[in-house]
Amino acid sequence: MIEVRVQPEDFDPGAELARLEALEVGAVASFTGLVRGDDGLGAMTLEHYPVMTGPALRAIADEAAARWPLTGLILIHRHGRMIPGDRIVFVGTASSHRAAALESCAFLIDWLKTDAPFWKREEWADGSARWVEARAEDDDARRKWR
Amino acid sequence: MAIDLLYFAWVREAVGRDGETVDPPASVATVADLLDWLAASSAAHAAAFADRVRLRAAVDQRFVPLDTTIAGAREIAIFPPVTGG
Repeated sequence: MIEVRVQPEDFDPGAELARLEALEVGAVASFTGLVRGDDGLGAMTLEHYPVMTGPALRAIADEAAARWPLTGLILIHRHGRMIPGDRIVFVGTASSHRAAALESCAFLIDWLKTDAPFWKREEWADGSARWVEARAEDDDARRKWR
Repeated sequence: MAIDLLYFAWVREAVGRDGETVDPPASVATVADLLDWLAASSAAHAAAFADRVRLRAAVDQRFVPLDTTIAGAREIAIFPPVTGG
């Protein structure tokens, strides 16, 4: 099972984990990314490239499935306006091997940062707004998987 | 041939629109050439495309370097480095 979803709605990590656990393969790993609430951030809007986003996420998921023996993979990425504490992204992997589940989960998160057409715009308590700048560390994190 | 252009994030804000359809001359061979050609069309385009190091592109929904040829392209997107995840 490889499932990729791009949606404005929230999701339930527990329900997604239960679906992966139902595959009964021995190991399930997951990552949930949330909007940080530090430093007076008021809200965050994720813009994306609708025609490209789904295929780009699917390509990342397929790459993970080609590198590790996965039985299940769920990738959910939200778009739209969110506030601190809101869930942005979910990655869940299921495998017979714990290393495959853990490593593929980390791989997916690293590649999501660099290979999916999303842009974050932050709104601050003082009324200002700014587009988040990409970080060189994210490119480094992607490269380490080569 | 007409090409649909799409702009995202601060590129969209700087250009002042989320896209446009253009028909560049044959001398415009690459994405970088296209940016040069567009920059000559208005001050807003020139400002948006001034710093190439901060720009990325997709041709027909695939990420490409700016020196990629645009021959046969139907849709070209210009945007900053992505910041999802």
